[in-house]
Amino acid sequence: MEAFWIILAGTLVAIPCGLLGCYLILRNMAMVGDAISHAVLPGIVIAFFVSGSREPISMLLGAGVLGLLTTFLIEFFHSKARLQTDAAIGVTFTWLFALGVILISVFAGQVDLDQDCVLYGEIAYVPIDLWITGSGIIMGPRVIYIMGIVFLLVLSFIVIGQKQLFLTTFDPSFAAATGVNVALWHYLLMGAVSFTTVGAFESVGAILVVAFLIVPPATAYLLTEDLNKMMLITTLLGLAISFIGYHLAVWLDGSIAGAMSVVAGVLFGLVFIYKEITSRPALVN
Amino acid sequence: MIHQVETPIVELHDITVSYHKKPVLWDIDLTLPSGSIIGIIGPNGAGKSTLLKAMMGLVELSSGYVRIFDQDLDQVRSRVSYVPQKESVDWDFPASVLDVVLMGRYGKLGLFTRPRKADKEVAMECLRQVDMENYAGRQISQLSGGQQQRVFLARALAQEADLYFMDEPFAGVDAATEKAIINLLKSMSKQGKTVVVVHHDLQSALEYFDWAVLLNLRLIASGPVNQVLTPELLQETYGGKLTLLAAVGDLLTKKEFPSRE
Repeated sequence: MEAFWIILAGTLVAIPCGLLGCYLILRNMAMVGDAISHAVLPGIVIAFFVSGSREPISMLLGAGVLGLLTTFLIEFFHSKARLQTDAAIGVTFTWLFALGVILISVFAGQVDLDQDCVLYGEIAYVPIDLWITGSGIIMGPRVIYIMGIVFLLVLSFIVIGQKQLFLTTFDPSFAAATGVNVALWHYLLMGAVSFTTVGAFESVGAILVVAFLIVPPATAYLLTEDLNKMMLITTLLGLAISFIGYHLAVWLDGSIAGAMSVVAGVLFGLVFIYKEITSRPALVN
Repeated sequence: MIHQVETPIVELHDITVSYHKKPVLWDIDLTLPSGSIIGIIGPNGAGKSTLLKAMMGLVELSSGYVRIFDQDLDQVRSRVSYVPQKESVDWDFPASVLDVVLMGRYGKLGLFTRPRKADKEVAMECLRQVDMENYAGRQISQLSGGQQQRVFLARALAQEADLYFMDEPFAGVDAATEKAIINLLKSMSKQGKTVVVVHHDLQSALEYFDWAVLLNLRLIASGPVNQVLTPELLQETYGGKLTLLAAVGDLLTKKEFPSRE
């Protein structure tokens, strides 16, 4: 049962991250996911400090606000200060993340949060972190509910916004000319990345979130030239990574999030080598 | 030499556009006639693409206003179509030719509606008009420059608009595509559509356009093509680059044009 909950939690993080990641890498914004997943930290700490508990709604709000602030700052530095996008990303998220680290260390005595947990997460605790109702009924692991909701929200966002996301990603100026609000869809996507990141944060940690955001979509991108197939392959990869990663961690007796990230990287490497071999022109004797 | 039109399809009033506080378009007052093929001509960096974007509300105006069909732009978006420079998108994007052409139908569909069979038929008909119907299922990463441009034109046709803005549609395409595009533009104009084209090849301008707009940050001239493409006005537009211009000017006065075939 323990294995089932952990793999399910991993998959519920992997799929929404991967679906959003497809759009991020096609917008040349993969590292924005990285930036958001780090920069939400002060938002989480402040929300935690204000509400005094790890109640998910306030943490989602705190992180969501910081996530949008991050994307806004990146856009702002890029367009107003004419900084390159990657430099704007680097400037924005490092100081926000550092601010979060300082907040945690200052309030360490009063706050049940630590840097290790935020960075590496502890997916192994998923099965014992249960949601128990006021009347004492055990509803199962809390993370499954949070990520289940995030998963459904992201899925409906991608399905409803399919046309607009496709159009604004491929050709934003054409989209704007036809009256689509390009900025709105940009911030909706970034908002979705922020919420997914923070939902996944405490269970799997920032590093696995970034791995799930970028590596499965990048692997799928190598394998197909059709956006829908790319999202399908990303989903299947998320499942495979969670499953193999968990068993690798059990076998090694090591970090589960670490093992999942490594599996993601290895699968990417294998696909890359496969593509290199198959696309090489046949040698003429 | 700025001709104003009685009932213009596009009207620009005192338009100034700046990037980072530096003006790139200065006080443009312009009216364009409906039903014609209009060329926007000028040297590199003259603000041709910016002028096109200003007409469609894609850049912020420092001053002035734009009216299209004598209405506010947002009320007539569905009647206006845009062909961006083909270099402006990533052609390695995972999409098929039909996917891209169907984007032209999105403006007519609501948020929740998927493209229907009728939309696909329109898209296929538009591909047929640019001789690309056999490529509908092809991935866009496999297209040549000329084919990319044809796909963009098909997407614009699929919008079924009345006014088309095209940014350098002849740049980097093969001779066959160039001929196909100009034939398409002529047949569109016969159907009463108006096409505004950013163009930088002077030699073909007289042959392609009914109306020309000469631009170099300021509006130099706007009017029927044979009145505007004169050596004096071209010299004013292109400033120092006179060696090329003298030759073109000679051609224009003698009305002798090299065959483009």
